[in-house]
Amino acid sequence: MHIMEGFLPPVWAVFWYAVSLVFVVYGALKSKRLIEENPKNKALLAVAGGFIFVLSSLKIPSPVTGSCSHPTGTGISTMLFGPAVTAFLSAIVLLYQALLLAHGGLTTLGANTASMGIVGPFAGWLVYRALKDRVSLKVNAFITAVVADWFTYVVTSLQLALAFPGTSMINSALTFMGIFALTQIPVAIVEGIFSALLIGYIAQIDRDVVKEGVVA
Amino acid sequence: MLAFMVLQLPLAKAENWSGADEKAEEAIKQLSPDYEPWFSPVWEPPSGEIESLLFSVQAGIGAFVVGYVIGRHGAGKDARNA
Repeated sequence: MHIMEGFLPPVWAVFWYAVSLVFVVYGALKSKRLIEENPKNKALLAVAGGFIFVLSSLKIPSPVTGSCSHPTGTGISTMLFGPAVTAFLSAIVLLYQALLLAHGGLTTLGANTASMGIVGPFAGWLVYRALKDRVSLKVNAFITAVVADWFTYVVTSLQLALAFPGTSMINSALTFMGIFALTQIPVAIVEGIFSALLIGYIAQIDRDVVKEGVVA
Repeated sequence: MLAFMVLQLPLAKAENWSGADEKAEEAIKQLSPDYEPWFSPVWEPPSGEIESLLFSVQAGIGAFVVGYVIGRHGAGKDARNA
């Protein structure tokens, strides 16, 4: 979903930086507090961050559009720590990719953090909270991850449509969604399965986390 | 799941499996033909192989951390239960 380096006009680059910075800083402070409160959280933060690293490095082919796209891996972090910490963790991963892989970029880092770290995970978090006591943990992890992943790409499409409205913003949004949101459907489902498996492992190790949720 | 991913590959021609990012780039060129990217990456992997390497390193770092933490805590739990 990375908007490539230089592909957002400066006004939008600044705008998304401003939006993201608030969440990333708050998420960083919150991460620090969580570690101080309970050292166990350090391990969980590492797992959540590691999961984002792995999943966002996998370019998965999608039969819907015949192109490749990668999952975001933000579902686990969202369930355990909420969207702000997820914004912080995502920003780290996106920075790695911008600097070492030329995927995404420094000028588009704000926009990419907003989609992958903030709005997508926030949508997932709302679903997670709504389903929390209604479905099993694994089912919830699957749905949360799918929603967080898929919304990330919807947001990317909207960000590009805002910056490149063409003749009509709605047509432009549909064009980008035809690329990103469509490609992403099977990728999001794959991510959901991975997330459900991982939360299953975490639950085996630490029942409390899963029952209470760190953010709860 | 891996099987599903690999099995679908022959369904399309090889050149079709490009990144969605590149398709978006093409769409931007159609919507705003005059737009010029105003900033280029500070550093780009010198070849596709090196790019793959760095992607693998990213996956490796993540997988190591996840595996290490889960493995260590799992082992700790076993020791406590023993």
